[in-house]
Amino acid sequence: MEEKVTNILIVGVGGQGTLLTSRIIAQVAVQMGFDVKVSEIHGMAQRGGSVVSQVRYGSQVFSPIISKGEADIILAFEKIEAARWLDYLKPEGMVIINNERVNSLPVMSGKVKYPDQIHEKVAELVPKTTIVDATDIAVRCGNSRAANVVLVGMLSQAMGIPAEEVEKAVTAIVPAKALDVNLKAFREGFKLA
Amino acid sequence: MKKLLIGNEAIARGAYEAGATVASAYPGTPSTEIVSSFAQYDDVYAEWSPNEKVALEVAAGASIGGARTLAAMKHVGVNVAADPLFSFAYTGVNGGLVIVSADDPGLHSSQNEQDNRGYGRFAKIPVIEPSDSQEALDYTRLAFDISEQFDTMVMLRITTRLAHSQTMVEIGEKQEIPLKPYKKNAQKYVMLPGYARGRHVEVEKHLQQLQEYAETTPLNRVEMDDTSLGIITSGIPYQYVKEAFPQASILKLGMVNPLPKELITTFAARVDKLVVVEELEPVIEEQVRSWGIDVIGKEQFTLLGEYSAEFLRAKLAGIEEPAGFGLDKEIPARPPLLCAGCPHRGVFHLLRRMRLVVAGDIGCYTLGAISPLEGMDTCICMGASIGTALGMEKARGEEFAAKTVAVIGDSTFVHSGITGLIDVVYNGGTSTVLILDNDTTAMTGHQDHPATGMDIRRDPAPKLDIEGLVRAIGVKNIRVVDPLNLKELEAALKEELNRREPSVIICKRPCALLSTAVKPPYSLYVDKEICNGCKVCIRLGCPGVTFIDEEKVAEINDSCIACGLCEQVCKVEAVKRTEVK
Repeated sequence: MEEKVTNILIVGVGGQGTLLTSRIIAQVAVQMGFDVKVSEIHGMAQRGGSVVSQVRYGSQVFSPIISKGEADIILAFEKIEAARWLDYLKPEGMVIINNERVNSLPVMSGKVKYPDQIHEKVAELVPKTTIVDATDIAVRCGNSRAANVVLVGMLSQAMGIPAEEVEKAVTAIVPAKALDVNLKAFREGFKLA
Repeated sequence: MKKLLIGNEAIARGAYEAGATVASAYPGTPSTEIVSSFAQYDDVYAEWSPNEKVALEVAAGASIGGARTLAAMKHVGVNVAADPLFSFAYTGVNGGLVIVSADDPGLHSSQNEQDNRGYGRFAKIPVIEPSDSQEALDYTRLAFDISEQFDTMVMLRITTRLAHSQTMVEIGEKQEIPLKPYKKNAQKYVMLPGYARGRHVEVEKHLQQLQEYAETTPLNRVEMDDTSLGIITSGIPYQYVKEAFPQASILKLGMVNPLPKELITTFAARVDKLVVVEELEPVIEEQVRSWGIDVIGKEQFTLLGEYSAEFLRAKLAGIEEPAGFGLDKEIPARPPLLCAGCPHRGVFHLLRRMRLVVAGDIGCYTLGAISPLEGMDTCICMGASIGTALGMEKARGEEFAAKTVAVIGDSTFVHSGITGLIDVVYNGGTSTVLILDNDTTAMTGHQDHPATGMDIRRDPAPKLDIEGLVRAIGVKNIRVVDPLNLKELEAALKEELNRREPSVIICKRPCALLSTAVKPPYSLYVDKEICNGCKVCIRLGCPGVTFIDEEKVAEINDSCIACGLCEQVCKVEAVKRTEVK
């Protein structure tokens, strides 16, 4: 019998904190007693490139990377990155998109237009799409960089993971000086979903 | 205790538990975190070496001195260390020595995707390959025993997906391994021809014993299931095989050199169809085929890039991947780029504007090669820039040299640029060399090096004086400039290019991501009334400036740290300052 593995794809722009987010989600899965694998990208792509972290958990996980059409959830820190990785989503999967625009080089130089309504196209294709102004919420909590934890809050609520489990993981992973802001941001996100 | 560790942290833990007390490395993705993690344990010595050759020599010395020792590097770093690698393969060890080669199929962060399992056969050393972090820890521990039992260094070969994937690991106890006694033994450790001949005999003897060991080692295991399909695999591809073909019979090789011929032959006889699944080179496949065993391999797969479960399903079972939504085709690419305020940006802007030929090198600044800066002509390997510039001059003459520069970072210069500069001076070159000194090894995640004044633990260390070193080499024309002061840099470049002598321009400014980065007491904005939409600032490729299509003006965003480059290139003075308290 094949046991069910949960696949979460975290996508964004190098420097947005995908790595930290994947570590928080993975820590939650560890606390809940699952086998967990996380695949991260270090190095050159971290310099403002398109980045992806992958978290897989279940009773036994083999491949550290998610195949196309296999992700249960895509957590997107930026709008076009949600579209870039959408082929990895299951037909019945869920997408949570931060309504944030980060121009890439071809856009900045005016060579290509940024497709500003791309998140709406995603929502048309995927019924379970949520779009949220996570950066604004994070700013209200004290730091725009905590937008990723707002999204983690929404993800936890959507997946039925108890808030205490996630708060424990956030406390274990996030540096002490940023903890208060992050816990606040997490609770705001958790309330939203 | 169980915890999640990336493969690199697990290797460091394995070395620590095996009683290793010395580790050395030069940073390189995907290997960097191995020795930086090891450095966090108490009572061990760890160092950033100037380059991989020195790292392996330090490791060899520590091994001869009786300690269990770890050396780690990325795949191309093993090329740099190849000289001591091949000779130390002859001398053998005293304390166990494990060299980690972190390969990069798919070129996530490298200039090639060479398969370093090839070094195993070439240098006649055992190569072992883990498939997850637990095995990374266990195999590293075992590798030290193998090293001492068979008197040979052991290569632990990993790939990016192992190095940077977190999986569950059971943390073990540290073994107390006493330092082995040091005994002078010139016939073993002095590689004179007369002694080396004797060592070659030993190497072949040990290899024979290793071949026997390979047949029974727990590193290799058979997982028999459905016998209609048998798959020989190792490393990360094992995980893809388990994911894609859970019912198949598998021979999982934890030791990929030497191969267990008997074990493989027996396994082959038990299955109907035999397949080898290995990324990059057909290392296992070719050997198996040479024994007269019929096997499916590269003709079904590819020599290029990374594999995945979906790739195996498609190639072996004809299961096509899902069609998907196709939205990815509509959206702009997002290549990596130099950070806002990066001190390298102005240099490449200027080099392109001056239409110079640029022999480049390896680091963040290699991004100066891509659009819109496009300020680089060549980039071969670590330290190649200076020799390349000299070669161009010798081929095309001094006139050509007057419009050619070599560009190299501080860490790369220390790694392997110094000898190139010696060559320029010694052989009468007139090259102009730019040393981009940002006070760190930035691309790999800000590691220290001999010219930063800090060691691997960030404790103060003697600081290499780059300027003094360059002078000692015999370069008479040395300047130190701020690379974000375009006028000053341009004047320096013009003067030094016209000089028929070697020159070095040290472009000195800390990386914008360091806490020591220069932050002016004002912020910048674009006065939209003045901006004429000429896009000269946009062509700097800075994430801090965006072009607003609707208004045909540039705009400065939050990521700006007021480096002032756009202010300098703006022809209509539209970039203004606001004082920050």
